[in-house]
Amino acid sequence: MIEVDNLTKLYGSLVALRQVSFRVDQGEIVGFLGPNGAGKTTALRILTCFMPPTSGTARVAGLDCQQHSLEVRGKIGYLPENVPLYPDMTTRRFLEFAAAAKGVLRSRSRKEIERVMEVCTITSVAERLIGHLSKGYRQRIGIAQALLNDPAILILDEPTIGLDPSQIVEIRSLIKKLGAERTIILSSHILPEVSQICQRILIINNGQIVATDTPANLTAQLQRNLHVYLEVEGPRTEVMQKMEAMAGVLEVKPTNGESSYLIETSRGQDLRPELARTVVESGWQLRELKLQDLSLEDIFMQLVTDEEAGEEQE
Amino acid sequence: MKGTYVVYRKELYRLFASPIFYVVAFIFLALVGYFFYSSVAYYSLLSFQAGRTPFLSEQLNLTDMVLEPFFGSISVVLLLMVPLITMRLFAEEKKTGTVELLFTYPISDRGAVLGKFTAGVSVLALLLAATLPAMFLLEAFANPPWPTIMGGYLGLLLTCSAFVSLGLFASSLTQNQIIAAALAFGALLLLWIIGWAETLVGPTLGSFLKYLSLLTHFDNFARGILDSRDVFFYLLFTLFFLFTTLRILESRHWRG
Repeated sequence: MIEVDNLTKLYGSLVALRQVSFRVDQGEIVGFLGPNGAGKTTALRILTCFMPPTSGTARVAGLDCQQHSLEVRGKIGYLPENVPLYPDMTTRRFLEFAAAAKGVLRSRSRKEIERVMEVCTITSVAERLIGHLSKGYRQRIGIAQALLNDPAILILDEPTIGLDPSQIVEIRSLIKKLGAERTIILSSHILPEVSQICQRILIINNGQIVATDTPANLTAQLQRNLHVYLEVEGPRTEVMQKMEAMAGVLEVKPTNGESSYLIETSRGQDLRPELARTVVESGWQLRELKLQDLSLEDIFMQLVTDEEAGEEQE
Repeated sequence: MKGTYVVYRKELYRLFASPIFYVVAFIFLALVGYFFYSSVAYYSLLSFQAGRTPFLSEQLNLTDMVLEPFFGSISVVLLLMVPLITMRLFAEEKKTGTVELLFTYPISDRGAVLGKFTAGVSVLALLLAATLPAMFLLEAFANPPWPTIMGGYLGLLLTCSAFVSLGLFASSLTQNQIIAAALAFGALLLLWIIGWAETLVGPTLGSFLKYLSLLTHFDNFARGILDSRDVFFYLLFTLFFLFTTLRILESRHWRG
């Protein structure tokens, strides 16, 4: 459905995207994940034909974004970052404009507007000026306009930013519901959001895609070493020495707590029984011992920092 | 041209929804009313005096004494007011980011430019139409030459389209409305009076500057002279700035 090949975008001398390639199949929900300024918005803007790439191609439904700009735009529903809307129009007026702009026939327009207002639960603010509405409503109006004319592809740039927690839950479930029959690309810098909604994640940093996989695979793939959290009452230096001397232990890091440590062990080796035995044999008090899962946050940080370290070496 | 009508309707709605239009309309009509009143009052004063001097009465006519100054003053007020109407057309969309919405809808750049342009011209045509009662008043008390009046209004309409196209161009250059207005006003004023420099420069450049001046071409209309060269000049002027606006918009495709 969406094919992107070697996309590069320069803003003057600043590289926003560097040789980015990816594919999105029909019916997929894909999340663009990356820190602020990583190039997410730039990539989405190229896909929606708002700006052209410096080099490389982006194709939507087999059509090149530059050569068939109008056709491509007709297939996409787009929610831009920060949801720009006309504050001096009422919700209904604005949606009427958006529907006409998207080529919804006049006879169908009214019904179509009612439909998207219902889906996004904004019927109650249909006659109010957009400028007077809260951020949550405006966000939903933004999604409503994207849904007009039932586009096969939805591109949502930071759809939940600036919303309160209950609204975030609402919008997420709305996106999930919409994703049942559409191709959706959404960008975010919030990890749990992406892992909850998306079937596939593209992690982007410094204009490059550093990883792409399902949330579960990403976690598994990157969990090279096991981390064991240990809380023990005993002399710090002695504990550290003993732990480090154990076979299979790679690193012992004291954590913030007074007597807790994070022990990194090589993959596939669960050292917890031995650790417990050592502690008891040494006559210390064992308080807590648990295996720590790498969260998506950790993976993300790892990828992003690995990338930066690699760059420095170059 | 896809989307011209859609953008036209949206712009009209937004122009009428904004207080700028009402303030501009009020000031425009108040000024035009004042100018009309003063020239008519002066004319009637002179007419009374002319009753005693037949030589003077031969010189008096509505076209020279009322219509020409009336159309001239309207055009000057327009010079001041049009930049205020056009300044937001693109600048505001850029500032608030709605331009991203506009240009990701299946609307062509041409459609957007043409829609905004026609909306601006329509609003000004409405303002001009609101000055027509003055002419009917004249009809009630005198015998105004209607062909001259029609020529004058045609000239004003063409002036409006020229002003709006330049204003639209200025608005497409920046995301700051004040800058757009200042640019448009400065450029319009310069183009309005550039013919005055005729005597300062050589004859070739002088006649070129005079041709370039909007005032030269408007004067004919105000006197009721309909010259196809003037019509052509205004149309060319309008097209030129619509074209440059389009190029500015398209520059986002190649600018870094």
